[in-house]
Amino acid sequence: MDVVITSGPLILRGLLVTLEVSVAVLLLGTLIGIAGGLLLLYGAWPLRLIARVYVDTMRGIPQLVLIFAIFYGFPALGLQISAIVAGILALGVFCGAHVSEVIRGGVGSIPRGQMDAAQGIGLEFAQRLRYVIFPQALARILPAWVNTAVEVVKASSLVSLVSVVDLMMAIQQIVGRTREALLLYAVAALLYFAINYTISAIGVRLEKRYAYT
Amino acid sequence: MYQFNWRPVFDNFDLLLKGLLLGIGIAVLALAIGSLLGLIAAFGRASGPRPIRLLVAGYVEGVRNIPLLLIIYFVYFGLPLIGISVLDNLWSFVFALAIYSGAYLTEIFRVGIEAVGKGHIEAGKAIGLNRWQRIRFVTIPLMFRIVLPSLGNTFISLFKDTSLASAIAVPELTYGAIRINVNTWRVIEVYLVVGLLYLATCYAIAGGLRLLERRFAMVR
Repeated sequence: MDVVITSGPLILRGLLVTLEVSVAVLLLGTLIGIAGGLLLLYGAWPLRLIARVYVDTMRGIPQLVLIFAIFYGFPALGLQISAIVAGILALGVFCGAHVSEVIRGGVGSIPRGQMDAAQGIGLEFAQRLRYVIFPQALARILPAWVNTAVEVVKASSLVSLVSVVDLMMAIQQIVGRTREALLLYAVAALLYFAINYTISAIGVRLEKRYAYT
Repeated sequence: MYQFNWRPVFDNFDLLLKGLLLGIGIAVLALAIGSLLGLIAAFGRASGPRPIRLLVAGYVEGVRNIPLLLIIYFVYFGLPLIGISVLDNLWSFVFALAIYSGAYLTEIFRVGIEAVGKGHIEAGKAIGLNRWQRIRFVTIPLMFRIVLPSLGNTFISLFKDTSLASAIAVPELTYGAIRINVNTWRVIEVYLVVGLLYLATCYAIAGGLRLLERRFAMVR
């Protein structure tokens, strides 16, 4: 137990990096996802095609390969990039593809009549989305989005493989030094579980709040 | 400007191809072991006593909320440190992936078991099958047909997850990419080819599964 206390600051710093990466990836992924989802639904056909190719490509390539490709590939092309930014970019682009499908599914499930009615009362496209479609779609998007958030926190552990000292890497370093594997892995598991359980719990509350019938 | 040079990649193509096959093999094994785990856990959760139900719930919720990489490290680095060192890196990974997929498969099978119509079970009772026979000849075959699409998706995910085996130096596709990259520094070429290989394999698997589904799936 002493190990956990003495290496507490290291673990905590790793935990913060994990949270930082996760939040950044989710933000980036959600922004890309909203754009991607709307393009899939309402884009002109060349844009729709690009969005479709992007989404389907990302879903067929492992996240780790994307991280390696960006981390090693960008410098080869002459673009300097830090490990953490490479990780966030790769996971964000991956997350964006998933969120695109989530948005497409949620927004697409709102009956066409809603859009027509909103047009009928003279709302512009952005207003129709903002005041009519999104509030209704939110309840259908949230559960899948929360799932994605949990997956993002789990996937954030992959940045440890390009030498970012996140929770996973911090734990690995301490295990390497102290050989207290069982205890430290249990601590890591507990921390990851706590983060994801909290996300799920918040998700359930939000779902209840925004559910409409 | 980056100068493309594809030779090093194609000279080492056998490394990638072998890695790809190994990845598919690992995914198949993990799916098989994970399915067995999931099947037992799902029946435990559906009709076991309370302590077993809690145990299964703990397994499913626990594993689904922690990263796969942590499970891999636990099996590969952790177990030997507490005196269990029978698994090499390949089998450590297969084992870790099986534990991981088992949790997801438990949920899939649980839903599948619940979706088997009561009428079928009652019909089994009526023709005199005992409890075990009903599970063996009625519930399981019907359940597999119901969950086939989810099973297929899980297999594709597992195949993509085999890329994590490179973290403990299992020579699958991603590890092949790392090695070629280290030896020749043809970063862009390697990752383009490897990305395409993953993509093509995922779509090939998906196509094969669709054929299988058309033949066997039962959408209720």
